[in-house]
Amino acid sequence: MNLQRIRALTVKDLLRVLREPANLFMIILLPLVMTLVFGVAFGGIGGSDVQYGVAIVDQDSSSWSGEFISGLNGSGILIPWLLEDANEGQEAVSQGKVSAVLVIPKGFGDSIDDFKANPVDEAAWTVTTLELSIDQGSMIAGSVVPSLVQQALTVTLYGVEALSPPSPVVIGSPVLVESVKFTQFDAMMPGMFSYAVIFVTMIVSQVFTEERQLGLLTRIAFTPTDASDVFTAQAASNLITGVIQVSVVFGASFLLGFRPLGGVAGIGLTYLLSLLLVLCNVGFGLITATLAKSSGAASGLAFVFILPQMMLGSFIPGIPENLSKLVPSYYVTQTLTNVFIRGASATSASSLQDLGVLGVYSLVVFVLGIILYARARAFRGPQK
Amino acid sequence: MKNAIQINNLFKRFVDVTAVDGLSLNIKEGEIFGLLGPNGAGKSTTINILSGILQPTSGSAFVGGYDITVDSANVKRLIGVCPQHSAYYKYLTGRENIKLFGDLHGMPLSLINERSNHLIEKIGLEEAADRKSSTYSGGMVRRINLAMALINDPEIAFLDEPTVGMDPQSRRATWDFIEEFRQSGKTVILTTHYIEEAEELADRVGIIDHGMLIALDTPQALMEVNGGDNLEDVFIGLTGRKIREAI
Repeated sequence: MNLQRIRALTVKDLLRVLREPANLFMIILLPLVMTLVFGVAFGGIGGSDVQYGVAIVDQDSSSWSGEFISGLNGSGILIPWLLEDANEGQEAVSQGKVSAVLVIPKGFGDSIDDFKANPVDEAAWTVTTLELSIDQGSMIAGSVVPSLVQQALTVTLYGVEALSPPSPVVIGSPVLVESVKFTQFDAMMPGMFSYAVIFVTMIVSQVFTEERQLGLLTRIAFTPTDASDVFTAQAASNLITGVIQVSVVFGASFLLGFRPLGGVAGIGLTYLLSLLLVLCNVGFGLITATLAKSSGAASGLAFVFILPQMMLGSFIPGIPENLSKLVPSYYVTQTLTNVFIRGASATSASSLQDLGVLGVYSLVVFVLGIILYARARAFRGPQK
Repeated sequence: MKNAIQINNLFKRFVDVTAVDGLSLNIKEGEIFGLLGPNGAGKSTTINILSGILQPTSGSAFVGGYDITVDSANVKRLIGVCPQHSAYYKYLTGRENIKLFGDLHGMPLSLINERSNHLIEKIGLEEAADRKSSTYSGGMVRRINLAMALINDPEIAFLDEPTVGMDPQSRRATWDFIEEFRQSGKTVILTTHYIEEAEELADRVGIIDHGMLIALDTPQALMEVNGGDNLEDVFIGLTGRKIREAI
């Protein structure tokens, strides 16, 4: 191997990415656009607090029910949506328009009047029951809505002062701790790093098939350049591109509010995992170039390697883990999810194990790609 | 004068065709040797064997004293090859294409700059040298193709149809350039099916057909011995066909 040749070929391949719009789009703009689109669609842009719509069927229409509804509205979290019919409310929950439906039965105001008249004589009260139905698909609504309804009811019955009755135990000055809130965008981000680099397969396969078709690989073979120089330069240029891709995704996601756990070690791990995945995809690209006769065929064939990585190992949820483990991108997404979202250490046994598996996987595919390509195409002579 | 190239009973057989059929010849240092014949005659196969990227079926060949079957690395340090079909990177400029091949030959950076400037001037591409090659005309591409082959100032240059697709003016300029290259003591193996090119440039001509060397001498001697006013007549006399018809 010769450093001067490797450097020259690496620069040549980087210029290809920069000067050919299709490559520039696939390598840099596509991950950037995907990150921005997902960030806007699923992120917490605007910083608004979470709110829950509650359909309210007021069958009592008394002043007390009106005060109770005002109390619900005053929470700032529950958004009352007044309906005439309980069935209509159930339908609104089913359709996901609201998180809960609350029916205030006739006699609600009478119950409160009886209570106010005889606050200590329970036998004199007229008992009514509020009917509350909650969307079972939302665990958060299930825990938040009942307590806020109870709070609004307490205020209606006892007044605001009931929320802070005299007590021999007091809470000290609160220490402000920044809460960690994860959006759907945050959950998708680990997969974005995988997604960004898997298109290297297509780039590499196109480079080798095109250069073979145009006689450029043969022309290089007329010089003292060794095949190892060409393969090393191809890996180097894609690793450099990979660093740029990861940086672009990090930068764009940071601007959109992504604040991953894991600190500097987590960021370092992201680069390391992504670059191993790049190396693996260089290998896939070489295998594709071995099989494809033209660059057009290579573009199509590359999806044999790209699609499984995208579907099974990036940001698409609900894939059985055993199936996902077959693709290298899974190990990047899984490890980064553990570190960024679940707060696992970048040097935890699980992270290191996934790193090791990906390392071996990538090395095997990269070497296999070189062997298959070199054998099939006899890149460098003497040819038999 | 020493031999730059020695070829001894060289054969190259593919599955169903014999591309080179018992070729033997010596090419002297400082000589322009014309290899004349139609497409498919075995010219390019011979060049690929001599430049070390194709293994002969049998026979031997020495380039610059190095056996091409066991010492192709040293052979590649001595040679420059201008392929028949222009092979260049469209997204690089003409200058970048030339300099890239300087790097691939392991030349020092200062020498690459000096030599690429010289070549760009010689092929008349000063104004277009820093434009992307994808914008070049066919003639400009052919000239860049030639300059890429000669960046390392090779001792032995294999020029495979170097002027195909050039206009007459560019062709004449390229001939002058090849002649000047030879005058600096270099050896040129020129394959062509342009009769006038071989007559103009070659010190000696080998006529090759179906992989066999069917005549070898100076252009003048070939015309005298075989009769005819030009090498086309010689080829017709030897094979019964015109070179262009056979292409």
